[in-house]
Parts: sequence; C-alpha cells; structure tokens
Amino acid sequence: MRQFRFAKVVAAFLVGILLVQLHACSGGSQANRKTTLTIATVNNNDMVIMQDLSKEFEQANPDTNLKWVVLEENVLRQRVTNDIANKGGQFDVMTIGTYETPIWAKQNWLVPFNNLPAEYDVNDILAPVRDALSYEGKLYALPFYAESSMLYYRKDLFQKAGITVPEQPTYDQVAQWAPKIHDPQNGVYGICLRGKPGWGENMAFFTTLVNTFGGKWFDTNWQPALNSPQWKEALTYYVDLLGQYGPPGVSSNGFNENLALFSTGKCGMWIDATVAAGKLADPKSSQVADTVGFSRAPIASYPNGSNWLWAWSLAVPASTKSPEAAQKFVEWATSKPYVQLVAQKQGWVAAPPGTRKSTYANADYKKAAPFANIVLKSIESADPSKPTADPVPYKGVQFVAIPEFQALGTQVGQTVASALTKQVSVDQALQQAQTEAEQTMKRSGYIK
Amino acid sequence: MAAKPKLRRRIWTTALGWLAAGILFFPIFWMVLTSFKTEVEAIAIPPKLFFQPTLENYSTINDRTDYFSFALNSVLISVGSTLLALLFAVPAAYAMAFFPTKRTKGTLLWMLSTKMLPPVGVLVPIYLIFRNLSLLDTRIGLTIIYTLINLPIVVWMIYTFFKDVPKDILEAGRMDGASTRQEVFQVLLPLALPGIASTGLLAIILSWNEAFWSLNLTTTNAAPLTTFIASFSSPQGLFWAQLSAASSLAIAPILIFGWLSQRQLVRGLTFGAVK
Repeated sequence: MRQFRFAKVVAAFLVGILLVQLHACSGGSQANRKTTLTIATVNNNDMVIMQDLSKEFEQANPDTNLKWVVLEENVLRQRVTNDIANKGGQFDVMTIGTYETPIWAKQNWLVPFNNLPAEYDVNDILAPVRDALSYEGKLYALPFYAESSMLYYRKDLFQKAGITVPEQPTYDQVAQWAPKIHDPQNGVYGICLRGKPGWGENMAFFTTLVNTFGGKWFDTNWQPALNSPQWKEALTYYVDLLGQYGPPGVSSNGFNENLALFSTGKCGMWIDATVAAGKLADPKSSQVADTVGFSRAPIASYPNGSNWLWAWSLAVPASTKSPEAAQKFVEWATSKPYVQLVAQKQGWVAAPPGTRKSTYANADYKKAAPFANIVLKSIESADPSKPTADPVPYKGVQFVAIPEFQALGTQVGQTVASALTKQVSVDQALQQAQTEAEQTMKRSGYIK
Repeated sequence: MAAKPKLRRRIWTTALGWLAAGILFFPIFWMVLTSFKTEVEAIAIPPKLFFQPTLENYSTINDRTDYFSFALNSVLISVGSTLLALLFAVPAAYAMAFFPTKRTKGTLLWMLSTKMLPPVGVLVPIYLIFRNLSLLDTRIGLTIIYTLINLPIVVWMIYTFFKDVPKDILEAGRMDGASTRQEVFQVLLPLALPGIASTGLLAIILSWNEAFWSLNLTTTNAAPLTTFIASFSSPQGLFWAQLSAASSLAIAPILIFGWLSQRQLVRGLTFGAVK
C-alpha cells in the first residue's frame, strides 16, 4: 500500500496549493477597498531612498497602499514597454527616461499632467528637463532626478604632472593630458570611458563626442550621416585615445565598471554621468573621495551636445485603474517638500539632483555638494532640441528619440566596440554602421 | 605490488574529484563570502579573504523587501508546477513506453522541439492571453507556465526511465490479474520511483531558477525569488555585497533541499545504468 500513500501525498499537496492560491485570490478582493498602486522603478540609489521614504506618503494617505517592483534598468525598460504596449495594466506608476517619454506620449500611452497644483511650482523645474519630458506642450512625466555628463579627474595626479584643469576643458587638452597621467605600472590608466556596446552605454558617450566634433546621426531628410568626416574624426579620436591610454578590456566597461575603476584609483580621467559625482565624493563608497576633481564635459569644435541630458522620471500609464492616486504619488515624489524630506533624513548630499532650481539655490545643498554648480551648468546647457551643429529632425542629445533607435543604437554600438578592439578599421566600422542605419531607416519607412 | 598502482590511482581520482568539486563550488563560496563584506571590501583588489564580517547587507535586504513572501511564492510555484507536470507526464510516458505506435517517436521529438523556441518569441501572445484571463501576477498563472515549460523534459526523462523497466514484469503483473491502475501504481511506479524523484527534483530546480517568465508575468503578488534577486542588481553604483547577500538568500532553500535529497538524486541519475 506504500505506493498508494505516495499518490495520496501528491494529491494532498496539490489540493493544499490550490487552497493557498484561492485564499490569496479572496484575500486580494478584500484588500481592494484600499487603492493599491504598483510602482515600477529602477534600482538606483535615489529610488531606493524614495522607496524607503514612501512610508510617509502612505501615512499621509491611509487609503493608498504602495507596492514596488524594483528592477535593473534594461530589464525594467523591457518589462514596462511590454506592459504598456499590450495594455497589461500591471503598473500604476512607471519610471521612464527622457527617451521614452515623447515616444510614449505620442502613442497616447501616458496620462498628461494637466492640473498640477500651484504649490507644485512647475516653473521651478529646470527648463531643459521640462522640455525633454513634454510632448506638444504637455508634460507627460515629472522628473525624479536628472543628470548630464561631466569630467572627473584625479587632482593629486594632475597636480604632480603640473596641469590645471579649466572649468571648460577641450578634447585636445584631454588628449594631451592622458599620456602624462598614464602610468599602468602603478595601476593608473590615463582615461576611462565607456566601451561596452549598447545605446545607453558606449553610444551615450560616443554620440556626445560626435555632436561636439560637429557630426550628427541623421540629416533633415532622415538620411543617416554615419560615414561623414566628423564621425570619422570622432571615432579615430576615441579609438586612439582609449586604445593607448585606456584600461585593459575597455570594451566591456560600462558606467558601473568605470565607477568601480575610478573609485579604486585606477583612472586619471573619466567622462560620464553627473550622478557619479556624489558617489565619488563619498568616502564610504570611494577611495578617491579627497582627490576627485570636477569639471565640465570637454568640447571640440561645437559646444552644444557635448554633455548629455537624461532625467529619470515618473509617469502614469493610460492603462492604470487609478490615475488620480497615481498622479498624486508622482507629484509627491517630485515635489519641493520631498527634496526637503530627503535632505532631512539622509543629508543634503543625497537630495535628488538636477530637477529643481530651488535645490541649487539652497546654501546647504551647495555646501554639501561641491560639484553642484558644474552639474547645474551642465544640465542648463544641454539642449535636446538643438544637440548638433547642423539642424536635425530629431530630439535628444545622446540618443535619437525615435522607437527604432534602441535597436539601431545598440547595433552601431557593437560596430564601434569592434573598431575599439581593432577587429575592424575605423573606415570599415563607419561604413558598416552607415549600412546598418540605412537599412533600419528604409525598413521603418523614413527614407526610400 | 599490485596494490600500489591501484592506491596511486585512487589518490589521483580522489584529488581530481575534489578539484572539480572545488572549482564548481568556488563561485558559490565566494558569493557567500562577499555577502558578509562591506561594499568597499567587496570590490577591493586584491580580493580580501580575511575581514571583519558584517550582517549589514542582510539587514538592508530585510528592510527593503519581504523575503518570505518571495520564498513562499518560489516554493509553491516550483513544487506545484512539478507535481502538475508529473501528473500529466506519468500517464503520457506510460502510454509511450509500453504501448508505442508508429507516431510515438515523432510525438516525442515534437514535444522536445517546443523547447527550442526562444521564450521571448511567444512573450507577447502569452502576455495578451494572460491579460485577458486575468492571470498576470498570479501564482496559478506562473504555475501553469512552468508546468508547460518543463513538461517536455519531464515526459522525456520519465519515458526513458520507464523504458528501462522490463516489460516482462508488467506482463507478469497483468497475468496475475492486475488492473491498469494496479499495474501502474503497484508495479511500475515503485520500480521507477528513484527516476521519478530525480526528474521531479530537476523540474523543481529548473522552475526555481527560471527568470524570464517570472520577471515578465509577475509584479508583486506572485513574484518568486528570481524577481527578488533582480531587484538587487543595479546598473548605477556598487552593490556587489548586497547582490551577493540577496543571491545567497535566494539559493539557500533549494541548496538545503538539494542536500537533503542528494541520495535520491544520485540514485535516480544512475538508475538504469546499474542493472
């Protein structure tokens, strides 16, 4: 009879599981009297703080219950895009960037913020950020924190080499400095830059380099311009500089890897997101906290477009069942009192950067964040509507705000990485990139 | 004289065995070790083997998420889907192993071919079906998906285990007047039990580790441990120690389960080899 017992055990377990499931379902309907908001967000430090502080929102709004889905950036992007495109309605608040906002707004996937209360003070939000999150004059997402790009350097090494870094350096200067700082025997590399392929990885930096060298992705007729002399100049510069004075295995370095390298003292210079400033200046997470210097992102022939603009923002999808409660939460998390709350609980250095003029007007913030001035200038000078020397039909500094760009940017990013690792020549890489871009644009009907 | 080379060979094979086990186990060991470091120690080069252990990462994780709700979901979904898969697979494999037709081979291969399709290819249709049936973010939904994913493997494995059972034994049972039910439950299943157990274990582990569907079809209510780990992987900032702690927590239940059922697993894997 032993074998029958086995079958009974299996059956009992299945029934048990079914009961638990049913119980969960009935429990769900009882809790429905409270509005539950499911918030999808990225696992960045500022968002972790928000999740922590959201208990205060729940206390102030006892009829609202918050649930969090925290994911890595790329996973989150794929997850929420899938949900919003298929009207899954799984999320009430989504964390999206300046790339998605205009594209999704055009598809009517987002609820616009039409009735912001006066105390929200929408004009306090930095103008480039506000523009980047608007479509046809309406705000479709509110900025949680914003970033540009800037230059980090090691003050001690530069002092030893007798170099003073101006507030606005040029790429010519960077090329002259790199060999003087480069000292691989002592584990210091002249410059660290992103090399990992991806539209949001190496192409974010590389597009700003192309912009400031006077290049562009597309001309006004959407004809790709990747085989232009400006792209060649930029790619040659990038491959030569990083090939000679970069760390080994540079084509697998993204933001995180470079942050680890710089904060352990392996890089002389690094050009990347302004959000790294707070981490590099914090002795708890950085070994170079005392010696890190800050400066604007270098420029070449064209000053605009040399520093990017990105804002992690909160938006409410049209598929939500509770748009009002969701918008209320978004307003709370991006408000002035929220910035104050973070400052009070975590200190001013942790305040969400890059969104509000009032944050930068605050003396305590300026004292806590020595890099505040450079970040503010960088964000204010970023102009997503005029990122290039020649007029272009697209918006976006380090990206092109069309749905096709994610795939195309990553594809070209792989080609750029293969030039960096010397698998192909600069000319071959650009020819290949141009062909890829032409194919994508033809397939999507932008050009014939 | 003859004993010496034998002994040497035994030393060699033992050393090799330990080396292989060490290499396989090292990443897990390092992960657990890292989970007790601070973030700065975690990225230190050269890596630190000796340090002041801290429970900081575990307490952060505990503050931020509800580990037990994720773990409960993982257990319910992986065990539930495995039992469900066995429920379908045993009769299917029984029919195919003992009453084959000319289409049996083709059917088996066709079942396996469903495993060759990349899951992302059917993401949108399944998402839409789940949305319309209100199965998104439910344990039942994920259980069904995992059952379907593992069914081909489970059927194949049980089929091969059944194939190893001599037909004569079943025939003898039938001669003695056993009904089909008695034949399956009293003769076949006890004989193939180690095989079924190891198949079940494999299915549980596969469901436990599955990350694509669990990330895409759940948000909070039905989210298993794979989503729990994913929420600690970050592109901005250094969270290696925290991620290691989350991963250690996520593999702990299945690791313990694996240890407890080690003997069954080994017996099942060598079942059929020794006859």
